[in-house]
Amino acid sequence: MNEALTFLEEWSREGMLPWAAHCAAVKHFGLSHAAVERLALQNGLFPARYQRNRMMIDVHEQLRLFSSGVAVIGCGGLGGYVIEELARLGVGHLVAVDPDVFEEHNLNRQILATPNNLGLAKVEAARQRVEQINPAVTVTAVQDAFGLANGRELLAGVEVAVDALDSISYRLELAEVTGAVGIPMVHGAIGGWYGHVATQFPGEETVQGIYRHWVAGKGIEQQLGNPAFTPAVIASIEAAEVCKILLGKGELLRNRKLSIDLLEMEVHEIPYDQPVKLVRAA
Amino acid sequence: MQVTVKLFATFRNGRFKLEERELPEGTLVRQVVADLSLTDDEIGIIMINGRHGMLDQELLPGDVLSLFPLVGGG
Repeated sequence: MNEALTFLEEWSREGMLPWAAHCAAVKHFGLSHAAVERLALQNGLFPARYQRNRMMIDVHEQLRLFSSGVAVIGCGGLGGYVIEELARLGVGHLVAVDPDVFEEHNLNRQILATPNNLGLAKVEAARQRVEQINPAVTVTAVQDAFGLANGRELLAGVEVAVDALDSISYRLELAEVTGAVGIPMVHGAIGGWYGHVATQFPGEETVQGIYRHWVAGKGIEQQLGNPAFTPAVIASIEAAEVCKILLGKGELLRNRKLSIDLLEMEVHEIPYDQPVKLVRAA
Repeated sequence: MQVTVKLFATFRNGRFKLEERELPEGTLVRQVVADLSLTDDEIGIIMINGRHGMLDQELLPGDVLSLFPLVGGG
C-alpha cells in the first residue's frame, strides 16, 4: 500500500488525483477502484473526478461519503435518479432493492430504463450504470421486494434509507423498519405534476403522519401516471437530503413535508408534529 | 357560517383554488369533501387553519380548510 500511495502522490497535481492515475494504480497494483479511492482520500488526495464538489465538500467529507452506505428502496422513477446522483456524489456503498424488471411503460421517465434493457432486472441495470459512471462505488443489488420480513437484513450496515417506492403500504413498512433499526429515512413520493419530500429520523413519525388518512390503494399517480421531470425533481431533493444527513450539515426536511406542484409552480410546506419528549420531573 | 376552502393539485381540476363557502353550523370536513364530489380515500392531507385535521372534525366559523390529494408513486 505504501508503494501505491507513493505512486498516487507522484501522479497527483495540487492535491488532486487524476482519473488516469487512479486507473493506472488499479492496474499496476492489482487494487480495486474502491481501494484506490479510499487510499487517496485517507491521505488527503482529492480524486479529480470530484473536483467540482471541492468547494462544498472537502476531502474529509468526501471520505465520509465514500465510507457511507445508503439503501435505495425502489429503482424505478425516483430510485434511478437517486442512485445516479449518489454514485456521482461518491457515496461508497449503495444497496439497490427492487423486485421488478424494466417494462416499456418505464421508458418515459426511469433513467435506468432503455429499449435495450427491457426485461432486465432494475437492480442489475442500477449495478451496471454505477459501474459505468463511478466504478469506485460498490452496489449491492437485491432483486426482492422490501418488507417487514427482510427489512432489517436489507438495511444492515447502511446509514440512511431512501424511499423510492411506489406503494404506500411498503413505505409505511420502511418507516417502521428504519425506526426500529435506528436510521433516518428520506421519503419521496410522486404523482403526475406533483410530488413531496420529507426526512424522518428515528422516533419521528412524519411518514405515518403524511399517510394518516390512507386506508388502501394508490394515490393520484394511478390516474395521472408520472412524466419525465417529476421523479428527477423529487429524487434530486432526496439525494440532497441524504448528502446533508451523511455530512451532518445544513437544514433537513424534518418534521415538515415539502409539497411541489410543477404545473402551477407552487411549493407548500406542511408541518408535522415533533415527537413529544418525555421530561422526567426532578 | 363562512368557511374558506382551499384545494391543491388535482383537486382543483374542474373545481377551484379557493372558495368562500356558506355552511351550516356543525358541518364536518367529511361533508365538505362529499359536496366537492371527492371520496374519503382520495384525501391525502387535511389542514384546518394550518393544523392537521380529520374527516370527522367539525368546522367552525372562519375556518380555513385545505385539502391535498394522496400522492404515493415512485
